[in-house]
Amino acid sequence: MIRTLLSGDLPRSRLLSALLLAVLFGLAFAPFLFPGARSLNVAATICVFIVLVASYDLLLGYTGIVSFAHTMFYGIGAYGVGLALHAMGPSWWAIFVGTAGALSLSLVLALVIGLFSLRVRAIFYAMITLAVASAFAVLASQLSDLTGGEDGRTFRVPELLQPGFHLIEGEIMGRAIDGKLITYYLVFSAALALFLFMLRIVNSPFGRVLQAIRENDFRAEALGYRTVIYRTLANCLGALIATLAGVLMALWLRYVGPKTMLSFEVMTDILLIVVIGGMGTVYGAVIGSALFILMQNYLQVLMKEASGALAGVPLLANLFHPDRWLLWLGVLFVLSVYFFPTGIVGRLRTKAALRRLR
Amino acid sequence: MSELLLQLEGVHTHIGQYHILQGVDLAVPKGGITVLLGRNGAGKTTTLRTIMGLWHASRGSVRFAGDDITHSPTPDIACAGIAYVPESMGIFSDLTVRENLFLAARGVKSADQMDEARLEWIFGFFGALKKFWNQPAGTLSGGQKQMVAIARAIVEPRKLLLIDEPTKGLAPAIIQGMIAAFRELKQTETILLVEQNFSFVSALGDTVAVMDGGRIVHSGSMAELTEDRDLQHKLLGLSLDTNQ
Repeated sequence: MIRTLLSGDLPRSRLLSALLLAVLFGLAFAPFLFPGARSLNVAATICVFIVLVASYDLLLGYTGIVSFAHTMFYGIGAYGVGLALHAMGPSWWAIFVGTAGALSLSLVLALVIGLFSLRVRAIFYAMITLAVASAFAVLASQLSDLTGGEDGRTFRVPELLQPGFHLIEGEIMGRAIDGKLITYYLVFSAALALFLFMLRIVNSPFGRVLQAIRENDFRAEALGYRTVIYRTLANCLGALIATLAGVLMALWLRYVGPKTMLSFEVMTDILLIVVIGGMGTVYGAVIGSALFILMQNYLQVLMKEASGALAGVPLLANLFHPDRWLLWLGVLFVLSVYFFPTGIVGRLRTKAALRRLR
Repeated sequence: MSELLLQLEGVHTHIGQYHILQGVDLAVPKGGITVLLGRNGAGKTTTLRTIMGLWHASRGSVRFAGDDITHSPTPDIACAGIAYVPESMGIFSDLTVRENLFLAARGVKSADQMDEARLEWIFGFFGALKKFWNQPAGTLSGGQKQMVAIARAIVEPRKLLLIDEPTKGLAPAIIQGMIAAFRELKQTETILLVEQNFSFVSALGDTVAVMDGGRIVHSGSMAELTEDRDLQHKLLGLSLDTNQ
């Protein structure tokens, strides 16, 4: 059952299995385990980033494509559903129209970018995607009548997803069953389904061809595979899933804006998470996203505590001042890349494999 | 003369500013092993890569089974029935042995659907593959990787196998096993074999072509070359005695 659900791609490490189960359990029961708006927001962001990062891993880790346009597709999904809800009012039909429109636009763009530029060398492809994504971000800011410009757009969601909506009177385990909770479980279940779908993709014959192309595209061609077609398909698939991640994020935030959805910061976050979690593993997206988003949100809090405790020690208190959280985040990433060059998942799997051989 | 399967006529190939193949004329008859000999840099690997479409001929023609494949894309050439085993073994090291073979079995939708009888036939030559069936190919030894590369080329019936220096870097005991495997393979397959190890190919080859300076400078039967030590010395700068 579990083997089928995971498409035969088991974690292959006890520690990794334990970590994955902890993340799954934590996310599945987050509204009841970690009360408060902030922790729920962190959990929803982790869910969305798992999908977004795993879809990028499909390109970078499995196919060897370096793309900087992933946030563009994420943004298209978010803006698609956001603008549709803004223009058409809070209805499920608006969500459907926005999602379908965003998926169509992403598919066309990914197809055009892929067919025209995946023939060139990797570095040129990366530059082309960077240029297209930057142009798209500028366009979203400039078309302020439509997109709300730099301020973005807030919008209302269908009644069922509104925080004021209560599905049942009273509480379950101290938590009201309101629209926010329903939205969270919509995000969680969609993220889980998309994650399992991606596991299926990478473990299918199509996924094996992608891995072969990543290792050596000439060899794959010599076996009869048209690598441009496969790369373009992977590009389209990654783009469509990133678009759906954008839809989920927009529904959760009830807001779309260029900084949150289209900025280069989001792209660097995705890259960091893929590297930290482990490229070409899909599970790396889960571990990396959980670790990264938690640190991004709670490192400052931890440092405030540490700085308070070290108040008497001048240099250390200064070093752990909450304002320096980005410095420490950077140090932690340098250390993790140094000690886990194949990512956390890669490292755990290698250790487990070596233990089995002994 | 037996029917020709592959024919190169006046093939020139440029790689960047270098003019590597300078008018190669090569004929590979159907059935058996044709050996392509020559010193390092003579153009043997470039000839195989040009046949495979990995580098395109700037002049001349490559005909396979009656069709002109000079400017065909590599996947089309592979689908026409030519399998290529590159010099560097060409395995996918992150994939298991099973997945490596499955990728080459184009006619099946899942690894479980691969022709079992044919796999058993392959295990008959390369028994180690059965043992390491579900192990990542990158963790195998050099000889085992070479077995994976050759097994991948024959996992489905092909019209022609292009094999580039299969004994390079292998231990003598493994080379002996390889000779036995090729002897059986040539009963059913047509092979164009590039080698520098003359003692290896003299025991296997039916016809031979010798390259030098990007051209074929000799072609004929392997028996003739094996017997004529002066010709060996003239063409290859060696004799069988010194290579055994």
